[in-house]
Amino acid sequence: MSLSVFFAQILNGLQYGLLLFLIASGLTLIFGVLGVINLAHGSMFMIGAYTAFWVARTTGSLWFALPVAIVGGIVLGTLLERFLFRYFYKREHLDQVLLTFALILIFEEMRSLLLGNDFHSVPVPAALDFSVSITSTFAYSAYRLVVIGVCLVLAAALFYWIERTKMGAIIRAAAEKPEVVDILGIDARRIHMTVFAVGTALALIAGALNAPLSSVYPNMGDGLLIISFVVVVIGGLGSVSGAFWSALLIGMIDTLGKAYTPKIAGIAIYLLMAAVLLWRPTGLFGQRT
Amino acid sequence: MNHTPAMLPRTRTGWLLIATGFAALALAPFAVSSYHVELLTTALIAAMLALSLQLLVGVTGLVSLGHGAFYGLAAYVVYFLSPEGAAKPMWMTLPIAMAAAALAAFIVGLFALRTKGFFFLMVTLAFGQMIFFVFHDTGIGGGTDGAYLAKPTVSALGYTLELPRRQRPIGTFYVALIQLILMYAALAALLSTLYGRTLEGIRINESRMRAIGFDTQRAKLIAFTLAGALAGAAGHMWAMHRGVVNPEIVGWHKSAEALLMILLGGLGTLHGPIIGAIAYLGLTEVAQLVTERKLLVEGLVILAAVLILPKGLSGLGYRRKSKAGTKTGGRE
Repeated sequence: MSLSVFFAQILNGLQYGLLLFLIASGLTLIFGVLGVINLAHGSMFMIGAYTAFWVARTTGSLWFALPVAIVGGIVLGTLLERFLFRYFYKREHLDQVLLTFALILIFEEMRSLLLGNDFHSVPVPAALDFSVSITSTFAYSAYRLVVIGVCLVLAAALFYWIERTKMGAIIRAAAEKPEVVDILGIDARRIHMTVFAVGTALALIAGALNAPLSSVYPNMGDGLLIISFVVVVIGGLGSVSGAFWSALLIGMIDTLGKAYTPKIAGIAIYLLMAAVLLWRPTGLFGQRT
Repeated sequence: MNHTPAMLPRTRTGWLLIATGFAALALAPFAVSSYHVELLTTALIAAMLALSLQLLVGVTGLVSLGHGAFYGLAAYVVYFLSPEGAAKPMWMTLPIAMAAAALAAFIVGLFALRTKGFFFLMVTLAFGQMIFFVFHDTGIGGGTDGAYLAKPTVSALGYTLELPRRQRPIGTFYVALIQLILMYAALAALLSTLYGRTLEGIRINESRMRAIGFDTQRAKLIAFTLAGALAGAAGHMWAMHRGVVNPEIVGWHKSAEALLMILLGGLGTLHGPIIGAIAYLGLTEVAQLVTERKLLVEGLVILAAVLILPKGLSGLGYRRKSKAGTKTGGRE
């Protein structure tokens, strides 16, 4: 196997891992801060991807997909939190599971009603449809490099928000000791709505960025939901930095595994999860159960 | 003092109602078309799956999203044992399918039961999907298309029950019904034992159970394995009924549907999942008559169920405890 192919796989792994981080960070924040399990998070990824497909088809350009996904994600997240999830924070896990399972069915059926059940490829924007020569023998897709860049910018912004701003401090406090946030008289509702909207928007952005790479198809959110769960389990519940390292690890293992040992690649990440559970049941970076 | 377990009927009338329900099911094939007999068989199989899951959810308080995987795995085991053109007897396929499902559940349980709450949900889902991907991504069970199999036969003492083609659905229906009744009876008996009480204690307060000296981890692992074996019986019955396996029956949507049946029928009783399964399949059947958008109706039904059904369904068991032990719970 040539070295340049190996480098390409490393970059692919990095790109996939960063994309996983966008999805898993929202999941882990929603678990940690809101105390709700959101199975429909994968549907948000699907909605983002189909948004990109729809925008590209109607406007003829993918450039508008990102702003549309961001705005759409924030609006969708806010509405879902305000009118549904808010009433489920104190409910049993079983109720949360079924609520979000129902949302998956409804979103998939709406996707089918609006845009049909066909596979669609989404063209890479013409301006980015070329390869960058990194060395004389090794070129890499410009679009994938842009995806890596956008993901890194978003990750940096998310870390800044969580680690350096007042609201981020409250969010971290709410993930660790929700009672304290209540006692201090902080308006938890605003925090909840913001976290849910940001998490949803990140998943939509991930879907939109990924659309030209994977094409769009029914139930595409399902697989990513499960892998994001594995990321959260390994990273630790409610830990954004845990999700980051864990997402990169999983992205790398999955990509390299599929390239070099395709037969066991599908199972590799689950074996890793099993090993982590034996060693540290609360995840590599997690504190609480 | 030894009360009747909260999930079983308290009075003789209650038991009579359960018996009447099963009797009504047994008589149903005489009243409906063979299409509806097959539909009822599907409902009975779903009821078996939901009932096996109730041991975890309603009894022990463990919400698992990987239960469908053990069900699907057992169906695939039937395919391996009894491929097209080489039917095997049920006395051979059923125990092996159940044992395989139990073994898978035991291994998954070893890892998953190290976690609690959200983690348990995610880990059971992930391991369940791992089993799904084995059948989905590799060719061992016909890949994504699935495969046909020879339905296991009912035979004993060298005598095979050969039904005319027209009556086969009825035969399958009774095989499913008998298994469902046996499963209900077995779980009812289990609930009355000390082990059954231990599981209920774990649901209500696990740390207290541990504090008074019960090995709760072991009890949960046994329950997880047992529930897996019973899900295996349901999966075996699915293969026997449909004669086909595909990755869809292993997927986690199956687990979610079983959870919904439990919620519909009631968390607080052992017979709830059976009612829930029949109600759910009836509902989707009606929905299919009205619209082609079956999943949309399904989603809206679930949404309505979680929004409208009182959160207190799980509390049904505790509320009646003042009357416990007066009539049927007379064992000392």
